[in-house]
Amino acid sequence: MFGTGLLKGLGVTFKHLVDTYKDDMQSTPARYQGSDDRGKGLKVIDQPVDQEGLLTIQYPEERRLLPERFRYIPMLIWDTETDEERCTACGICAKVCPPQCIWITRATDEAGKPVTRPQDFFIDATICMSCNYCVEFCPFDAIKMDHDAELASFERFPHLVYDKGELTVPLDYYAALWPTQYAEEQERRAQEAAEARAKEEAKAARATTKAVKKEEEEAPAPEAKLSRAEELKQKAMERARQRRAAQG
Amino acid sequence: MSDIVAPTATMAGPLDVAGTLALVQEALPDAKPVSAGPTDYLEVAPDQLIEALQVLRDQGGCDLLSSITCTDYLSYQGRARAKDGPRFEVVYHLYSTAQGGDCVVLHVPVDDGEPLPTATPVYPGANLQEREVWDLYGLVFEGHPNLRRILLWDGFEGHPMRKDWHEAYYEEDQKPFRSRHPRADFARSEDKVPWGKNTRYPADWDPDDWQEPVTYVPVSQDPRHRNGTGDHLSTESVVVNLGPHHPSTHGVFRMVVRIEGETVIALEPDMGYLHRNHEKIGERNTWLMNMPFTDRLDYINSMSNNWGYALAVEKLMGLEVPERAEYLRVIMAELSRIVNHLWSIGFILNDLGALQTPALYAIEEREMILDLFESVSGARMMCNYLRFGGVHRDLPAGWAERARYVAHERLPRALDQLDDLLSGNEIVNTRGRGVGYLSAEQLISLSVTGPMIRAAGVPYDIRRCEPYGVYDRFDFDIPTLPHSDVYDRYYIRLLEARESVRIVQQALAGLPEGDILAGKGGYVFRPPEGEAYGRVEGPKGELGFYLVSDGKPNPYRYHIRAPSYINLNALAPMTVGYKVADAIVILGAIDIVLGEVDR
Repeated sequence: MFGTGLLKGLGVTFKHLVDTYKDDMQSTPARYQGSDDRGKGLKVIDQPVDQEGLLTIQYPEERRLLPERFRYIPMLIWDTETDEERCTACGICAKVCPPQCIWITRATDEAGKPVTRPQDFFIDATICMSCNYCVEFCPFDAIKMDHDAELASFERFPHLVYDKGELTVPLDYYAALWPTQYAEEQERRAQEAAEARAKEEAKAARATTKAVKKEEEEAPAPEAKLSRAEELKQKAMERARQRRAAQG
Repeated sequence: MSDIVAPTATMAGPLDVAGTLALVQEALPDAKPVSAGPTDYLEVAPDQLIEALQVLRDQGGCDLLSSITCTDYLSYQGRARAKDGPRFEVVYHLYSTAQGGDCVVLHVPVDDGEPLPTATPVYPGANLQEREVWDLYGLVFEGHPNLRRILLWDGFEGHPMRKDWHEAYYEEDQKPFRSRHPRADFARSEDKVPWGKNTRYPADWDPDDWQEPVTYVPVSQDPRHRNGTGDHLSTESVVVNLGPHHPSTHGVFRMVVRIEGETVIALEPDMGYLHRNHEKIGERNTWLMNMPFTDRLDYINSMSNNWGYALAVEKLMGLEVPERAEYLRVIMAELSRIVNHLWSIGFILNDLGALQTPALYAIEEREMILDLFESVSGARMMCNYLRFGGVHRDLPAGWAERARYVAHERLPRALDQLDDLLSGNEIVNTRGRGVGYLSAEQLISLSVTGPMIRAAGVPYDIRRCEPYGVYDRFDFDIPTLPHSDVYDRYYIRLLEARESVRIVQQALAGLPEGDILAGKGGYVFRPPEGEAYGRVEGPKGELGFYLVSDGKPNPYRYHIRAPSYINLNALAPMTVGYKVADAIVILGAIDIVLGEVDR
């Protein structure tokens, strides 16, 4: 019949209106229950899955509570327990990064020898695709995903190319953003540390017994080591000769 | 509230691939059988290709030419191939819509500059794909009706998928780039090339003189059209550009139409505005790096895209997926199918002129599903959730309960309400019924897949005819509708979303405990040499990934059979003869996403 479609459509709109009105009549509407009021009209809303009526969130005054796993731009962790950065400049994050938006300079000591610390660490936020691989494959829990998604700025460079200073956050910040994962990680790290300590102790114990034995035998240890190095060198030379001969 | 729902027809049984290949060999004794990893194929000489395709279509029952692509073997490093063979191989994947089952693969080796015959007389659906091969590889298909560039424009120099073609900011052939670690001597691309100097034009080509010819929009594709020789009025046709952009803004897409009055008498789709050469990027990437890039293809369905790619790589590597991960994959893929179909329904209404309100209403439930995606994977749309051999993470606490509420309470109610609101609506009926008709045979010959052919009565669904994952464990129907018009294309999506709800409910109820990731994990994968074609029933049709590995950490060839792109084959035949306003909704009912069309 002509016009029923129109009436049905209006009916849906009206039902929405009534649902929202009913919700608004409560002292705290359902969509605000469980939300975090930050004052000055700022609210962080955790909408229940059975919310009816109005679902709109009035950004920017109201924001959605982001789930823990929300990922945006990576951040580097400053370990407040040991008071040093966790990053060892191993470069795995730069290797797995699909758009190759991470670049790292390894630090060097006074003698110019590379050390396991980053001198500089850059992430180009305009290229980053928030894929989480750097976090997933970091063996040192040194890089994690930040929740801060409001990065707009007028210039791309240098504002959106973050350096180490801008990327680094204290461990507590990460612990607050990712509570569940942080707890799991701490447990695992503690376990790993305990294992490492046990291994170290065992090794130390073995070393002392060995040292005692060696003293008893009075073997010329340094010389034996040297001859071993000599032997390796000889073998390498031999291989090189063979290769050259094969190449003709 | 449609009246007719045909029950699921049963398949005649999986296609006998070996037998079909034997048929071709019988007819063409020169064809050489080759085995490359998990795939067996036949190597056919260019001059025998048409005969081979005819045998496959007429005797072998392969009525669907699913995918045509090409591989440039210039820098192939594996051992399985002779070094001195022809440089290119054009690859054909064929299926049977009546029997289902695996694909028949043909390879046609050709040298640079050597033409090969077009497959369009046998399979009209070869049209767009052959143009893509010409555009990206520069191989000439003799006899093709309209062999112009398609994704790139005429002022583009070279054929970018060739292995020796390098882009303006070319750095290295393969990632990871050495400039990133440990001594970051990395310079931004903008600083390397001064402004304006990074564009190259073909030698005898001047951008200032160039005018795009419109002669490629033929005077008429419409058999009924008489071009002004009517009884009483002499009329003239005009060429009108619909787009780039408007055709109700599915993205930046252009339809060049020749109209007479309001009637479309010929149409040419024009695309590539969003082209980024995804496949070249994919060949630079390592195997794992491609996973987040697949999210960006059909950005509404990142979960299904992930699955298609993971499936192809798992085929290549022979990886088994743990049961819990299979269930999680099913849940995510079906939820994203619901999201897609809700969007698609909303947009069909949008294209009918019901601007925004039905669309926004239809995607209300999408928000709930995206919330679920976000809490499990960390992102609402670019999920990057699947890995080779499983999924990235297990469900967070409380996720399954929320998903159950959505699947049992919210979604069925929302779909019922949409059905109630739209299916009987006068405007939807008058604008949708009988518009954009194309017969099932025509659709299949144009390589159309997905909801479009199911709305033409063909019960072809990969989840049923070549089950992947654990789809064989769930009780669901493949709905079909008989009329093959815009209305049926709208309604089939509603029915399919209902079936998806059923699958999600069953999968959530049967979700087993256990591992979610098989294999060693890690980030370096070296699948053994060979090629594989993995396909899933994406919400828009058959989403296929054709991969070639030379045993190195980067894919040698990475091709996407994008359903949105190939379904556009049917756009012109479907639209011709209807009015301009119908053209918009006919395009809307194909349901394209330009991220996937242009790649």
